[in-house]
Amino acid sequence: MPLNSKVPEGPLPEKWTRHRLHLKLVNPANKRKFTILVVGTGLAGSSAAASLSELGYQVKVFCIQDSPRRAHSIAAQGGINAAKNYPNDGDSVERLFYDTIKGGDFRSREANVYRLAEVSNSIIDQCVAQGVPFAREYSGYLDNRSFGGAQVSRTFYARGQTGQQLLLGAYHALMKEAAKKTLELFPRREMLDLVVIDKAARGIIVRNLMTGQLESYAGDAVVLATGGYGNVFYLSTNAKACNVTAIWRAHKRGAFFANPCFTQIHPTCIPVHGDYQSKLTLMSESLRNDGRVWIPKNKGDHRPPAEIPESDRDYFLERKYPSFGNLVPRDIASRNAKEQCDKGKGVGTTGLAVYLDFADAIKRVGASVMEEKYGNLFAMYEKITGADPYQVPMMIYPAVHYTMGGLWVDYNLMSNLSGLFVIGEANFSDHGANRLGASALMQGLADGYFILPCTIGDYLAGISPGAFSPTHLEFKACENEARERLSKLLSIKGKRTVDEIHRQLGMLLWDKCGMTRHERRLNEALQKIPQIREEFWNNVNVVGTNEELNQSLEKAGRVADYLEFAEILVKDALHRTESAGGHFREECQTAEGEARRDDEHFSYVAAWEYRGAGQAEELHREPLEFEFAKPSARSYQ
Amino acid sequence: MNKTMATTINLTLKVWRQKDRNTPGRFEIYCADHIDTDMSFLEMLDVVNEKLIKEGKEPIAFDHDCREGICGLCGAMVNGQAHGPLRDTTLCQLHMRHFQNNATLVIEPWRSRAFPVIKDLVVDRSAFDRIAMAGGFISIKTGSAPEAHTLLVSKSKSDMAMDAAACIACAACVAACPNGSAMLYTAAKAGHLNLLPQGQPEKDQRTLSLVQQMDREGFGHCSNIYECEAACPKGISVTNITRLNRDYFLASRSREQKV
Repeated sequence: MPLNSKVPEGPLPEKWTRHRLHLKLVNPANKRKFTILVVGTGLAGSSAAASLSELGYQVKVFCIQDSPRRAHSIAAQGGINAAKNYPNDGDSVERLFYDTIKGGDFRSREANVYRLAEVSNSIIDQCVAQGVPFAREYSGYLDNRSFGGAQVSRTFYARGQTGQQLLLGAYHALMKEAAKKTLELFPRREMLDLVVIDKAARGIIVRNLMTGQLESYAGDAVVLATGGYGNVFYLSTNAKACNVTAIWRAHKRGAFFANPCFTQIHPTCIPVHGDYQSKLTLMSESLRNDGRVWIPKNKGDHRPPAEIPESDRDYFLERKYPSFGNLVPRDIASRNAKEQCDKGKGVGTTGLAVYLDFADAIKRVGASVMEEKYGNLFAMYEKITGADPYQVPMMIYPAVHYTMGGLWVDYNLMSNLSGLFVIGEANFSDHGANRLGASALMQGLADGYFILPCTIGDYLAGISPGAFSPTHLEFKACENEARERLSKLLSIKGKRTVDEIHRQLGMLLWDKCGMTRHERRLNEALQKIPQIREEFWNNVNVVGTNEELNQSLEKAGRVADYLEFAEILVKDALHRTESAGGHFREECQTAEGEARRDDEHFSYVAAWEYRGAGQAEELHREPLEFEFAKPSARSYQ
Repeated sequence: MNKTMATTINLTLKVWRQKDRNTPGRFEIYCADHIDTDMSFLEMLDVVNEKLIKEGKEPIAFDHDCREGICGLCGAMVNGQAHGPLRDTTLCQLHMRHFQNNATLVIEPWRSRAFPVIKDLVVDRSAFDRIAMAGGFISIKTGSAPEAHTLLVSKSKSDMAMDAAACIACAACVAACPNGSAMLYTAAKAGHLNLLPQGQPEKDQRTLSLVQQMDREGFGHCSNIYECEAACPKGISVTNITRLNRDYFLASRSREQKV
């Protein structure tokens, strides 16, 4: 089946404007007849739900936590990009577009990325008007800072809690609408299935996490804003409840899954400290503005960092990438840290860490300025590790952070299934093979505030509202399937816990399909995953019943889906015999050890189609065409 | 992962177990042995839960998500202190190095009439959402915002608003308050928005609505005990309460004058 990206005709800078002119509209009086289901309340979900309700649609919003404000967008620290060019340092929509598409290693859709850069400025305006307390200068004007992969300062921030503040802005908008009753909130609900009738999304099945009851909701469109799948690796910077279930279930109902192998490993995380470790904590990329990354020049140099003289230190990023230095993009910073540690030069008790040193910056600007900029991050580091970064360098190591892959969507953010829209991290569209820092917040809010509210009307204008209700047979069938699955999970009563099996899968993937990948190891993973899956379905122990709050059962359902999804993640990595962004194939590198892209064979989006249990998924290719940004070798030297 | 010098401690836990809202709860005693002091408090509970599951018993239910102190989901009373003994710290960021070997830890859910227990340590904090719904926002529609720099905000005002906006709505303030008051949460919400120029047009109405909803939810009254500030993992200051009282007085007076 050919994939129609629906990218509009015309010159790149005019596409979005022209497209909006051609989109069909729903009459204001008719909007209230349409019901839209929004799943997930991070930046994308909350902003979309609030904006759709403002337009007059009936909106039902579902989230897994007890309140929409808890979604994991809240943990984003560093900032949000926009092309305002307030610092007068040469920024523009074109430059933000180019940096983002180059940062993504030319594996994203040009028109989408351009549109993202184009609406970035409106996001800042919107957020300021909502009362987001962005950092300001003494003059009262907004402050900016730099982030990886850019040579301009275009990142707006609210201390180290930018995600929190942006999410509160969107949450406030959501609550404003909820008070008006056009928007209804359903917290502590987990989506377990998508209901598809006549090849269009018509509703969802959710489990009420407090009572275990399965509930069916019908809608004229379904919007998935359920985030990424980083937790398939068990250890990641994601919150514990982040999961692949909603998009995986949608995939099994026909939505194509695009580029699952594009996973981002973030370079600055607190290293793993024990087997019991439940998650990894990110230290914002903004720290690389003032922190210098180094390791001892000589293997086996175990002196405390302060006793290692300059001449015995290797500032490897500054040495290898003089023009970007410590601010190279994430994939490059991560791989270089791994490379040094693999050579035995890593520091700390495990040898799997490098230093991120603030001594020079403290000397230059003083500890109080550093505290102003990074106080909460330094405090968090000290809480977790017991070491004070004002006194000793931080120790950091890469960890799974973000997933660029996700459900395939067209220019309107609709999947190949009619009426199923996918926004934010859950879709694949804007970050290609690597996401730049401070771009996730930008994309989530661009999709939710400014893109989806325009494009969804075009779909709704072509259908009649309220065509199906949850009494339809297909709803009942999906509900029964979900119920049977839950009973099956509860009936196994084996010997292993859900977490044990999840950890086993995670370690396998980190080892075989993590920061660097090789055909041999990927094939080993493909051998192993079905074995772990079988072990799970035969020997897992899920205690308790369905008819109660049962956190073991929730986890079990998610791990069951990871065990299926992991296979397509690895298959995608295996089929892409090139190195691009976060996907680094050891077979595909230059003599200097840099990633070697293969534009001739792999300049496409890999969209996978589910063909039934036990069947191989079918690969569909959406060719990527670049009119404006000609793919070049991605050099940061 | 090999670790050269792991320090471990043994603990006795007295944990509140309650099947659901309507079933009476009780304390159960568990041994938590060989706890690595680098673990977080929640990782310690994970270890206890894994053992319970292995024994075929129900694990302790507790809310948690980000485990980096920002989502506000986790929280419990540990030996009578909300989020445990360490200041400015959520339960997920509390590490076991702060506990003595052989200590007994009493772990209870937040206790407040307005937060019914759902199960074990999990409580229903939807009252906080309803307070936010009553007026915790600035009414700006998507798309209608002016260029950001047409509005200047003094750095000090912006910083004060940010101090208030740092609230994570964990509800430790309510749990710590002898009156079960939600004044610090409500004041932080009001403070964030009332301090900013963007928040001025709706300031009076917001202040009155927030307070009215807080009272409706069945929280206790604030009598300036300030346990809330001491328990707050984000260091939200009681100055916000003073400011809310002042804003409330002014808003009520201006409403009376209108009447």
